Amino acid sequence: MASAEAEAARGTFRVKSGLAEMLKGGVIMDVTTAEQARIAEEAGAVAVMALERVPADIRAAGGVARMADPRKIKEIMDAVTIPVMAKCRIGHFVEAQILEALGVDYIDESEVLTPADPWHHIDKWRFKVPFVCGARDLPEACRRIAEGAAMIRTKGEAGTGNVVEAVRHMRLMNKQIRQVVNASDEELVTLSKEWGAPLEVLKLVREQGRLPVVNFAAGGIATPADAALMMQLGCDGVFVGSGIFKSEDPERRARAIVMAVTYYNDPEVLAEISEDLGEPMRGVDVTQLQPEALLQTRGV
Amino acid sequence: MSVERVLTIGVLALQGDVREHRRALERLGARTREVRKPRDLEGLDGLVLPGGESTTIARLLHESGLWDELRERGREGFPIYGTCAGLILLAREILEDRPEGLGLMDITVDRNAYGRQVDSFEADIEIEGIGPFHAVFIRAPKVVRCGPDVEVLAEYDGSPVLVQQGRLLASTFHPELTDDPRVHEHFLKLVRA
Repeated sequence: MASAEAEAARGTFRVKSGLAEMLKGGVIMDVTTAEQARIAEEAGAVAVMALERVPADIRAAGGVARMADPRKIKEIMDAVTIPVMAKCRIGHFVEAQILEALGVDYIDESEVLTPADPWHHIDKWRFKVPFVCGARDLPEACRRIAEGAAMIRTKGEAGTGNVVEAVRHMRLMNKQIRQVVNASDEELVTLSKEWGAPLEVLKLVREQGRLPVVNFAAGGIATPADAALMMQLGCDGVFVGSGIFKSEDPERRARAIVMAVTYYNDPEVLAEISEDLGEPMRGVDVTQLQPEALLQTRGV
Repeated sequence: MSVERVLTIGVLALQGDVREHRRALERLGARTREVRKPRDLEGLDGLVLPGGESTTIARLLHESGLWDELRERGREGFPIYGTCAGLILLAREILEDRPEGLGLMDITVDRNAYGRQVDSFEADIEIEGIGPFHAVFIRAPKVVRCGPDVEVLAEYDGSPVLVQQGRLLASTFHPELTDDPRVHEHFLKLVRA
């Protein structure tokens, strides 16, 4: 008889999407050093995203943005007990292989880095490690899920400290989900065609009345109120990138954003925790960005 | 035929897979309520501590004032079921002391003992009084010691994965992620006991 150990199934979709379920109601914070990772964990982050630079600095630096140095990722993994995520370039399946070999808990195939493949995203079904991908609308989310993404986040506009694009993407997804829920079988086929969204995934959306995987907000969240806004719009949790470590008092702000995601429906608590947090990150007016400076249009 | 009173079960909603537990309990006919503040505990018949990040939930338990309240109620026999992070929070002892547990169950826990996410797994286990069960383990903790009052209801690979002490129940796996209601059903029996 085979041992119990041999019967264990690893890397199944249930196990991949299951970790995302456990992150719900939580905040995932971008960190660039072991010290920042410890601050994030101490503040109550459910996971950290290990990066070479936060998006605001990537935006400022220009050039090609790539996967972080494995040594940096290992240092961050050693510093905390919460899950560690890391980003690879869109379509760069070898960066993803390296991140899987390092043992990161989640890979973000991210538009924040410079895309590596003009046509394809990574075939995420081939990996045991789960992937999260950004999306601006429901069709994009459905394409990523069909490629094997076990978690979705809004793209927003990373590194701007401006929540408007995340709101745009979440509002659009909600509207399109309502459209799908009310669609007849024939209409669903037409939507699939018009949107370039896989029919099988649209059927799951219709059945469940929501995305079939966990959906976080990301891209421009800078304050506790921003985080609570995204939660009230129906997100399952939030990523905060530059918003924490580009602010005046990262520890305080991190703690406040964690509280805001738990008490998102409680304006009295939100008022209390929003008080006296110091300066938020400066931020960028998205309408002033040149089209080529937008990250959200990469890899659709 | 006697009509059973409808139970109201709280699900700690500070962080984690709250929705899945609510769905599992509601399918069994229980009412559910999300618990974020001490006053949300009023009138509950039992409480579920969901899966999530134990460090995050522990921190928010302190911030919310629920920490002392839960410790007190747990000691007085209030029924609580913890899954994964919830099991860690119920434990008396956690290796490396992170985070601090509520200390209600006489067990010692090693967090993330199976490794990282790529080591998360599904497996078939055998539960005493329930039978074969398909269990989902996600960055699961390991119970490395059980006190004399702790009953082991299921093991996997030589370690306890479902334990009970009085009206406290805890699993290292996530029955709320499958459609099998039998572990939640067992908890509701404990609540009625």
